[in-house]
Amino acid sequence: MHMHKLEKIWITIGIVTLIAFLSTVGIQAFTSDHHKPPSDLTVIDPEKVHETAPFDEPGLKELGDNKYELIIVLQSFGFTPNDIQIPQGAEVTIKVTSIDVVHGFQIPGTNVNMMVTPGHINSMTYTFDETGEFLILCNEYCGTGHHYMSAKLEVI
Amino acid sequence: MNRLDSRLSLAHFYVAFSAIIVAGFFGLLQTMVRSEMIVLPSYINYYQLLTAHGVLMALVFTTFFIFGFLHACVVKTVGDFSVGTRRTAWIGFYLMLIGTVLGVIMIVIGEATVLYTFYAPLQASPFFYIALALLVIGTYFAGAADIYQYNKWRKANKGQTSPLLAFMAVATLVLWIIATIGVVATVLFQFIPWSLGLVDTINVTLSRSLFWYFGHPLVYFWLLPAYMAWYVMIPKIIGGKIFSDSLARLAFLLFILFSIPVGFHHQLLEPGISHGWKFFQVVLTFAVIIPSLMTAFSLFATFEVRGRNLGAKGLFGWFNKLPWKDVRFFAPFMGMLMFIPAGAGGIINASNQMNQVIHNTIWVTGHFHLTIGTTVALTFFGVSYWLIPYLNGRVLTKRVNGLGIYQTVLWLVGMSIMSLAMHYSGLLGNPRRTQVTNYNGHSVAEGWGAYETAMAVGGTLLLISLILYFVVLIYSAFYAPKGQEEFPIGEVMDAKLKVPSFLENWKVWIGIAVVLILFAYTVPIIDMIQHSPPGSKGFKFW
Repeated sequence: MHMHKLEKIWITIGIVTLIAFLSTVGIQAFTSDHHKPPSDLTVIDPEKVHETAPFDEPGLKELGDNKYELIIVLQSFGFTPNDIQIPQGAEVTIKVTSIDVVHGFQIPGTNVNMMVTPGHINSMTYTFDETGEFLILCNEYCGTGHHYMSAKLEVI
Repeated sequence: MNRLDSRLSLAHFYVAFSAIIVAGFFGLLQTMVRSEMIVLPSYINYYQLLTAHGVLMALVFTTFFIFGFLHACVVKTVGDFSVGTRRTAWIGFYLMLIGTVLGVIMIVIGEATVLYTFYAPLQASPFFYIALALLVIGTYFAGAADIYQYNKWRKANKGQTSPLLAFMAVATLVLWIIATIGVVATVLFQFIPWSLGLVDTINVTLSRSLFWYFGHPLVYFWLLPAYMAWYVMIPKIIGGKIFSDSLARLAFLLFILFSIPVGFHHQLLEPGISHGWKFFQVVLTFAVIIPSLMTAFSLFATFEVRGRNLGAKGLFGWFNKLPWKDVRFFAPFMGMLMFIPAGAGGIINASNQMNQVIHNTIWVTGHFHLTIGTTVALTFFGVSYWLIPYLNGRVLTKRVNGLGIYQTVLWLVGMSIMSLAMHYSGLLGNPRRTQVTNYNGHSVAEGWGAYETAMAVGGTLLLISLILYFVVLIYSAFYAPKGQEEFPIGEVMDAKLKVPSFLENWKVWIGIAVVLILFAYTVPIIDMIQHSPPGSKGFKFW
């Protein structure tokens, strides 16, 4: 098959750039847990969330040495708990699940963004370095009250 | 083209244009609700409108337009349908139409406010899922007619290379058939039994994965017919030649290979799928950059060669020689141009951890209003300006041409304003698919309002453009002067170069596609079934 010389050069540059780009993304993703997109494999019975640890006691828990765990239950159209205070500089592992439909868990202004599907627990770790008022919102359509589904988070 | 096959194509186009005008009106209403300019009457729900907008635009407009276009391309290049083949194509059309009408009824009566992605466990009426199944099954009849016609040509012309346009139509159909297996599987075996109450629960992660197995190649199913116009029709329109027949075929085949085993890049933030498999599919996703670069090279080579033949000097002199005042060129070219930022945005979306920043924000909505809403839509507009009069035995008049250019510019400006506002406020965290975003006046959400007003401004221009398009089309279809409009089919630049026969060895290419799909999906799908949590009951939160 005939290929123009300039096209060969063009495609080669493209492929080399692509390999360099994917290597950068891959190395960054696989060398640090904080850079992986949330991919928790833990399952849970969506009808027994309130009886299953750790979701039987939602809220912020100190694990020691500025490390925290934040347990949140999502349902149409709210988060439990929905008013949260976190100390500045805390490294927080956020664990979420849904008791009904698919929801999203997003904190604008941070990289916290997860899909929350019923039957699964999703989780990610984030360090809140700056104080201020944050908004937690659901970014997946979950019914007619979807736009009311939000919570307040304050870093103090 | 004969009258009967023209009528078949036109039927598809008329449904497509009805869908886009209604859906466009809904789109404007959505931007106005979101920017809090208007409040909908109590009997209409925002999410109901959003479902209708998505279904009518993404599933109905595109599918009907594309099948109308594919039928025309196949008949034009490999011969008139026989009575039986044409009947098969009509059965396809009516099944698609019944599916569409039934689906729209379900949305209107409020039985299917689940958006066009219909994620479980939100549960619509079983008739909504049956409607979707009919729409897809209808396309199988339509596709069978085209593929049969292509095979008939090849049998009658053994050893010859098939016409490029027919080859591309078949490649598009192959992609469509392989891709729809996912959505057909989830609708027939999961959604329909579950919504009928035959089973109590549904495996949510599996249904989402099957949907996205289909959802990503779906966007290439929209794009490939636009590429057909770019590769084959645009060279003729500008008076030039197709750069390379073989490379065009190879690009289409590579799109089949690399657009399907990649659905996980829509599910990067999802639990229940391991990160390794997500990343593997991310790598395959990026392989589509190769045929995309080939396409860009070929098209611009055609433009440059043509410009230089007309006496253009210097590095970019050829640019001025292009027929900027011909809407058949201008509209698709603007679509191509907008594909550059659109593609760059797509690279960001699929970039594994970078997806975190924009996932489910209105950035994503801005992205696909550039790809499908601008690149594909403008190309389809450009095609319909000559194809509709052609099929009706009329001509594209000077006046229509001028209005078409004006309509294209309006569309470009409207979409640029709307899409830019969506991209930018998405970066600030503004979520997609949300009726209003004031969150009780929370300070974080305050900054989004101005962008939402800009979206409404863009949306207004878009609807004006769409109304103009609709009026011009009605004129072109029924009132323009009678005559013979050209159906532009380009010739290859170097006709002596033979097309290697392996490019038409479908068994091999489909085989490679199947291997890649099995490799990318077998283990994670088995995992989803074996390690599935208790399933979900249906919910109706509207």
